[in-house]
Amino acid sequence: MSTAAVPVLEVADLRVSFVQYERGLRRRVIDAVLGMDLTVHPGEVVALVGASGAGKSLLGHAVLSLLPPNARCSGVVRHLGRELDVSARRELAGHEVVLLPQGVSALDPTTSVGGQVRRAARLADAPNARAAARGALVRRGLDETVDRRYPHQLSGGMARRVIGAIAGMGHPSLVIADEPTPGLHPTAVTEALAGLRRLADDGAGVVLITHELRGAIAVADRVVVAHRGRTVDEAPVADFAGTGGRLTHPYTRALWQALPGHGFTVPSVPVPDLEVS
Amino acid sequence: MLGRVLLRALRVVSLVVAVVVGSFWLMSASPVDPVQAYVGADAASIGSEQREQIAERWGLNDPPLERFAAWAGNVFTGDLGQSQIYGEPVVVVLADRAAASLALMTTAWVLSGVFGFAMGLLAGMRAGTWVDRALSWWAYLLASAPTFWVGLLLLYVFSVALGWTPVGGAVPTGTLPGEASLLERVHHLLLPAATLSLIGVAPVLLHTRQAVVEVMASDYVAFARSQGEQPFGLVLHRVLRNAAAPAVVLQFASIGELFGGSLLAEQVFTYPGLGEATTQAALRQDVPLLLGIAMVTALIVLTGNAFGRVVHHAVDPRASVLA
Repeated sequence: MSTAAVPVLEVADLRVSFVQYERGLRRRVIDAVLGMDLTVHPGEVVALVGASGAGKSLLGHAVLSLLPPNARCSGVVRHLGRELDVSARRELAGHEVVLLPQGVSALDPTTSVGGQVRRAARLADAPNARAAARGALVRRGLDETVDRRYPHQLSGGMARRVIGAIAGMGHPSLVIADEPTPGLHPTAVTEALAGLRRLADDGAGVVLITHELRGAIAVADRVVVAHRGRTVDEAPVADFAGTGGRLTHPYTRALWQALPGHGFTVPSVPVPDLEVS
Repeated sequence: MLGRVLLRALRVVSLVVAVVVGSFWLMSASPVDPVQAYVGADAASIGSEQREQIAERWGLNDPPLERFAAWAGNVFTGDLGQSQIYGEPVVVVLADRAAASLALMTTAWVLSGVFGFAMGLLAGMRAGTWVDRALSWWAYLLASAPTFWVGLLLLYVFSVALGWTPVGGAVPTGTLPGEASLLERVHHLLLPAATLSLIGVAPVLLHTRQAVVEVMASDYVAFARSQGEQPFGLVLHRVLRNAAAPAVVLQFASIGELFGGSLLAEQVFTYPGLGEATTQAALRQDVPLLLGIAMVTALIVLTGNAFGRVVHHAVDPRASVLA
């Protein structure tokens, strides 16, 4: 992995807080992210690992400008060297930067699959939205009958392919996969993670946001550990071995050792025909 | 499929029967003497012999079960009987009154649905802001206000203080219903319809608001936004249909409440509709008319619910029409 190239994503000292109004007009500020740093190069999968509430999803939302109106966000976000303010982040969303969810809940239950993929094609400024949508579905092995189906009529694998078609519509240079694996069958997890690896091998930068260290190690190049609103450590995947002797940060080592069996070995990832690309 | 249709039909029939039997039982248990209620102020000039003749003609001396059996038998031949207080066949009274009420209830139903949904959408999209707070408070206020009180308030402001609208009736005083112009009719419809719409807006607004808040927090809205969807497109393509389900179901299910509301509103505005006829029939023991109204109301409510299911399915493909 060439680290000399310009990073596709650079996040420096990201802070996010929420303003809440309690009974009456009493104002309360909740600091959710207290300083996060993350760098992703093209062709690289970087896992952002941490427990629930560590603020890792907020990083993804901040980069895509998906934070709710009561959120305050500061820090630097750069895409290919260019610093992005909030409106620039919004412009890149759906084109250069995409969110890749996995569950069927990411699809609108009341709109047909064809309608949703075509809408995504229009948002990505495809010259012929209908053809672009059909093409994206065909490349994932989904025929015309899928267009008229509704999300609740799809199998889990089909839903993931439809989501992949929607997310990939804008030929993104950065993919943010937020918690792609919880609740999935082990083979589906492997499949989903392999899909992310393929995206990176095709040249995109991938941020894998997850609380499952095991899956992250299976697919990522580097692991960034988040804890209580901060990124506390960064380690190459190779360091997660044995009893964690090469891990320097105590929290990271604790995470590693919490997995069943200190001598836990990383399963090699079979790369089947990919569903997500 | 056929089995479920039949089951549904059976349920409708049994419900209508239950409503009719219940109404009849309540009426026969009522302490009001129908003959006394019928003669009213003329009581002094009517002898007991004449009373006995009226009672005999109405069949009041027969046992209740026999009277109900006779009525039910006639219903199967399409004869709903004779209204005792209007002296006309129940079918004719129902048709007259329903026509007047239909205009009132349809206006109120459409207005409350459209405005309730639009305001709920606005409140939900702006959740937490002062717009949302103002709309929600307003809805809570209306939801807790009795219909007759809102009617009286409007009557006081617009008819008495401002003099913009008539104080009552469906047509100007001294005009036969057939002679009134459309403009005059609409003028008389304004306040009762406004009262019912105002009351009807509240539940639709609050349910829609909640649905919109949930939709906006959903994964598919986050995904749509990450594709670059702007607020207007978001509402049009993702929020409208998803948030419409509760409003649609509620609006079709509220037809029954609308009947109840029109009962009170028509009383306040002396509007000669179905509601007013119901009050009269109940107060004066007009059993055939009341049973007719109960039956027709039950059928309309059940039909409304059935339509609600169909529209719900059209809005949300996951919803089942039957079952």
